[in-house]
Amino acid sequence: MAASSRAQVLDLYRAMLRESKHFSAYNYRMYAIRRIRDAFRENKNVKDPVEIQALVNKAKRDLGIIRRQVHIGQLYSTDKLVIENQEKPRP
Amino acid sequence: MLLRSAWRRAASAVTAARGARPAVPTRELRLRVADHAPSGTAAAPEVEAVLRPLYMDVQATTPLDPRVLDAMLPYLVNYYGNPHSRTHAYGWESEAAVERARQQVASLIGADPREIIFTSGATESNNIAVKELEAAIQPDTSLVSVMTVNNEIGVKQPIAEIGRICSSKKVYFHTDAAQAVGKIPLDVNDMKIDLMSISGHKIYGPKGVGAIYIRRRPRVRVEALQSGGGQERGLRSGTVPTPLVVGMGAACEVAQQEMEYDHERISKLAERLTQKIMKSLPDVVMNGDPEQHYPGCINLSFAYVEGESLLMALKDVALSSGSACTSASLEPSYVLRAIGTDEDLAHSSIRFGIGRFTTEEEVDFTVEKCIHHVKRLREMSPLWEMVQDGIDLKSIKWTQH
Repeated sequence: MAASSRAQVLDLYRAMLRESKHFSAYNYRMYAIRRIRDAFRENKNVKDPVEIQALVNKAKRDLGIIRRQVHIGQLYSTDKLVIENQEKPRP
Repeated sequence: MLLRSAWRRAASAVTAARGARPAVPTRELRLRVADHAPSGTAAAPEVEAVLRPLYMDVQATTPLDPRVLDAMLPYLVNYYGNPHSRTHAYGWESEAAVERARQQVASLIGADPREIIFTSGATESNNIAVKELEAAIQPDTSLVSVMTVNNEIGVKQPIAEIGRICSSKKVYFHTDAAQAVGKIPLDVNDMKIDLMSISGHKIYGPKGVGAIYIRRRPRVRVEALQSGGGQERGLRSGTVPTPLVVGMGAACEVAQQEMEYDHERISKLAERLTQKIMKSLPDVVMNGDPEQHYPGCINLSFAYVEGESLLMALKDVALSSGSACTSASLEPSYVLRAIGTDEDLAHSSIRFGIGRFTTEEEVDFTVEKCIHHVKRLREMSPLWEMVQDGIDLKSIKWTQH
């Protein structure tokens, strides 16, 4: 089992952000983007490879959750919130 | 409530006049009549554009965290077995899920899983706990019951101190922790809690489920409210609803992981909201102790403005002026009355709820609308005019016509 490379972690980060932008619910979308950024930033100095692998595995599971929940949210989407047409996607 | 009847009238007007449709998006909630099927394909031409209000009423209920829904769905689709069925895999997998959820709830409050009984919500848990009084072994056994965090003004009670006192006096200690679980650290052993009520839908879990924590050492005896097949150690009969319980467990696990991050973010947003409002408006009072306070629940009184009229003006934001369980009446909150708030200020209170999913933009929008409407309503208020002219309202003798 190869250790997670920096490139792998970055790919995961980008994939999670990309997917999260598709949440149709404003509150879920903003939370996911913000939380992913903050979580990766918080853990950026972790050195222990075992810990890194555990974090990567959790992130992969979370990516799966995001994908499924984005899809379900789109199936059941409703109207936008009053502030959605006013502000940009960047939280 | 006035707002709801106004909404009903507007909604029935919408469904009645299906002909002419305004191009400008309106700000009411869309009324989904009869057809609950989602409109997955492109919207039908006659669909009217409406915009939903921001949700700032998390003390009333919280949205499901997507991680919670993800945990629940398999048990609503394929893993539908009864957790009490002992003879096949459907039962076993359902039971395993219930026990895993039980462990997740226990872990959040420092309890043993055997001390967690699933119920339909914190209200049922409260009833079970209080009924314990009637099942008391000794004639002089009594019970102290206190809310951990108040749902109207957000005040935090000194639970650890109360627990210590109760323990020393051999009195049972129950706390309704519905608004506190997963938001502030709770440990039933550190705080000497004997009974605790937990609500699923206050912590980003599903509605219709809760739990009661019942201490085993020393044993706390409670009487079952609901009798039947003897499930949940005979304390709460009825098939345990696996999907709901799984959701509750997932919500507790997520809360345990996110507690620190959420608390820090919510504190910052709460500070932002109160500071901006108080900087721009005079005569605003925050209800509740400023030190012992959960930041996500901000209750403000705007003097010389009637709370209900401010709520109706702020129709782009979902807010409340008191506890949802009593919102049908126009009586001011018993909590505000109890902390000695003046009658007129009690009628002017609004509760702002900030939660895990609240954004800075939502806070800013809410603040802006609030300031605008308070100013506007005050301009229309003769009381405000009198105050501006330097008249002391307390010195006025109001006479009857």
